[in-house]
Amino acid sequence: MTSRPQLIFLACLFLALLAVPFLGSRYLTELAVQVMIFSLLALSLNILVGHIGLVSFGHAAFFAIGGYATAFFLTRWQLPLAAAMPMAVLLAAAFALVIGVLCVRLKAIYFAMLTLAFSMLVWGIIIKWKPVTGGDDGFVGITLPGMLASPQSFYWFVLAVVGASTALMWLLSKSTMGQIFVAIRENETRASFLGVNVRQMQLIGFVLAALFAAIAGSLMAMYLRGMYPQSAFWTQSGHIVISVLLGGVHSFVGPILGASLLYLLEVTIHQYTQYWPLVMGLILLLVVLVLPEGLIELFRKLYARLGRK
Amino acid sequence: MFANPMILFIQVMNSLSLAMNLFIIAAGLTLIFGVLRIVNFAHGAFYMVGAYVALSILRVTGDSNLGFLLGVLGAGALMGAMAFVVERGLLSRLYDKEHMLQLLFTFALVLVIKDLVKMIWGSGQYSIGAPPFLRGAVNLGISPYPKYALFLCVMGPIIAVAIWFFMERTRWGRILRAAREDRVMLNALGTDVKLVYSGVFVTGAALAAMGGALAAPRSAVDPGMDSLVIIDAFIIVIIGGLGSLLGSFVGALILGFLTVMGSIYLKEWVIVASYVMMVVILLVRPWGLFGKADEERH
Amino acid sequence: MAFLDVTNATKKFGGFIAINDVSFSVEKGARHAIIGPNGAGKTTLFNLISGLILPTTGSIALEGQRLSRMKPHEIVRIGMARSFQKVNVFPRKTAFENVQVALIANRKLQFNPFHAAAGLFGDEIMQLLEQVRLGGDSGRRAGELAHGKQKQLELAVALAAEPKILLLDEPTAGMSIAETLSSIALIRDIVQQRGITLLFTEHDMNVVFEIASTISVLHHGEIIATGLPHEVRANDDVQRIYLGRE
Repeated sequence: MTSRPQLIFLACLFLALLAVPFLGSRYLTELAVQVMIFSLLALSLNILVGHIGLVSFGHAAFFAIGGYATAFFLTRWQLPLAAAMPMAVLLAAAFALVIGVLCVRLKAIYFAMLTLAFSMLVWGIIIKWKPVTGGDDGFVGITLPGMLASPQSFYWFVLAVVGASTALMWLLSKSTMGQIFVAIRENETRASFLGVNVRQMQLIGFVLAALFAAIAGSLMAMYLRGMYPQSAFWTQSGHIVISVLLGGVHSFVGPILGASLLYLLEVTIHQYTQYWPLVMGLILLLVVLVLPEGLIELFRKLYARLGRK
Repeated sequence: MFANPMILFIQVMNSLSLAMNLFIIAAGLTLIFGVLRIVNFAHGAFYMVGAYVALSILRVTGDSNLGFLLGVLGAGALMGAMAFVVERGLLSRLYDKEHMLQLLFTFALVLVIKDLVKMIWGSGQYSIGAPPFLRGAVNLGISPYPKYALFLCVMGPIIAVAIWFFMERTRWGRILRAAREDRVMLNALGTDVKLVYSGVFVTGAALAAMGGALAAPRSAVDPGMDSLVIIDAFIIVIIGGLGSLLGSFVGALILGFLTVMGSIYLKEWVIVASYVMMVVILLVRPWGLFGKADEERH
Repeated sequence: MAFLDVTNATKKFGGFIAINDVSFSVEKGARHAIIGPNGAGKTTLFNLISGLILPTTGSIALEGQRLSRMKPHEIVRIGMARSFQKVNVFPRKTAFENVQVALIANRKLQFNPFHAAAGLFGDEIMQLLEQVRLGGDSGRRAGELAHGKQKQLELAVALAAEPKILLLDEPTAGMSIAETLSSIALIRDIVQQRGITLLFTEHDMNVVFEIASTISVLHHGEIIATGLPHEVRANDDVQRIYLGRE
């Protein structure tokens, strides 16, 4: 999809989110916070899936590392937020650098499986390293800085961070680096015969994706006042991939649509049945078989039709 | 541990028994990958279904040797039939699509199957007893050892040899190997590729289900039993080399020994050890112990 | 030392010897054709030279610099660009963007996440596209272009890498006679004008004799003759096994 309609969509979305706290509904505000965090997470994965064409099944690892590290730095080391969060994000990026070096040597399926295995390594460490992570019970009781204690102020904080991250990723997608990423997705061999070091670019993308995932994890830890091992489990990584695919990988805003819809559906369906995974599985089957380009494809067609009139 | 030969012996046997249990699952996974080039996330779910089906069959037949046999075979047959429907009806539409869609398709199966299992059998934990003729222990000279665990040690190699024989020594095996090398050529030879693919998917699924039924007497049957087994199976096929049967066999042995022996020294950290081992092996051989390296360099 | 030296290159795939002890040189400014029947190993040879696969033994050197240890992207950086026999473009990108990414890579802008790409290098890209007669198709997706036009686009993309030597694998494969003729004229003009050394494979003998300054004949993975076009045409071995005249 071309840039202009997507930019308009993003601008409208931002304006709508600005208005949310003024509606006076605590429930709506909290819902919006979670939707924003999951959207950021999906956007971060799309740097890999949509731009570079690498499907990571271990993306949750960096979400978890960002969250746990933020929790640890804030609570155990009593660091101020301005130090704890950047440190947590950099830590996740450092992990991504090491893991990425090993993973980008492999292609397609092998890459997916190796990233999955690494995320399970992270999960295993989280489960077992009780003194630091809290183990099975999770890391509970994060101390938040006073200025973020109220739901209102926390909302503005999340909106600012997610907004800025989204803007940066937008710029990335429109940059020369972003163009090379897409070239690698489209045709890896051709890209390397343009003089592009494909492995190196994939590694850069891997680290950038992890960095934004860690920001999402950090926000989630603060929102939940805790972090739980399930956040690194492979099924969690699967959910992120589903969000991205549901929305559509070949556009910038697709993952936002996918993550938001998936989360809102989950919240709604949970009110009626405990079998949300079944519903999600059926949705996924439907998308894979009928709408592999994702929801964005529906909008694209609609837009094309409107444009013709 | 090494000071006491009896304990060492038991630990070795336990390692083998676990390894063979894991191998039966990994074999199906690697078979499907080898021919269809699809990583089947749902393999653990198939395994779980096998255990539950065996459970239900045993409830009907009562606790007997025949009942157990029927349970294992029934699990394989039923899962195989379901796999056939899924493969023909849905999965086959994705063969010429991107890998990611195939991967997500099998992930969707995981979600659906898990919840269906919960709907049918509930969320409780069940156990299955070993069949009467495999209860108790047998004296192996050095030490007595549970018959059922010994039975698993024997089943692994039997299945391995059976698959090997099928792949290397029969006409169908030749066709499968050809399918692995080149789909187009297979079409040109006039062999029905569709049939080959269905056959492989069904066989792999049946193997997983029988693996689940066989594993049931040594572990609990519950709706969470698939999610770690699939990771173990992934580790095995990754370190062995995707698509390599021998690799899976060796990978299963490595993981089995590491898990049992490691738990003595590493205690609960053993779960991390298996991931670390995998990373180390991949550092040295990114394509796994018995996998083939990629010719093209970018 | 010639411009490009292939020395005793051998490539085995398992037990199959695809390229057997091949040696030949390409002179600077030459238009060197590799001909041979299907399955002779032409594409394998190109893949060896361009670094896509490693030779089992032997070496390849460009201006005296050994390529055998270099990755494809490094080989591109020292001045070798190639096209592929099967059309190899970025299908979802427009023709304009296809050339643009080549220029981004050439100018090493791939490391900048904030350098806006929209419209970047516009004039240069249009110039290249017009040179390969795709000026009118700049906004169309590469995957939607006709086969012949995709081949021309590949040429523009390869040129954007500013190569000293250009490897074209079957540049006219799948083209009609008219397309082939105009393509060949185009390629010859461009390499002459830019002073690029050309190494190409081709199945159409008319094309080969039209533009090649030197011809090597590959048969069953071995070079059986190298020489000027009229020499190769007169060579008995070539007549027998390649041109099919007993």
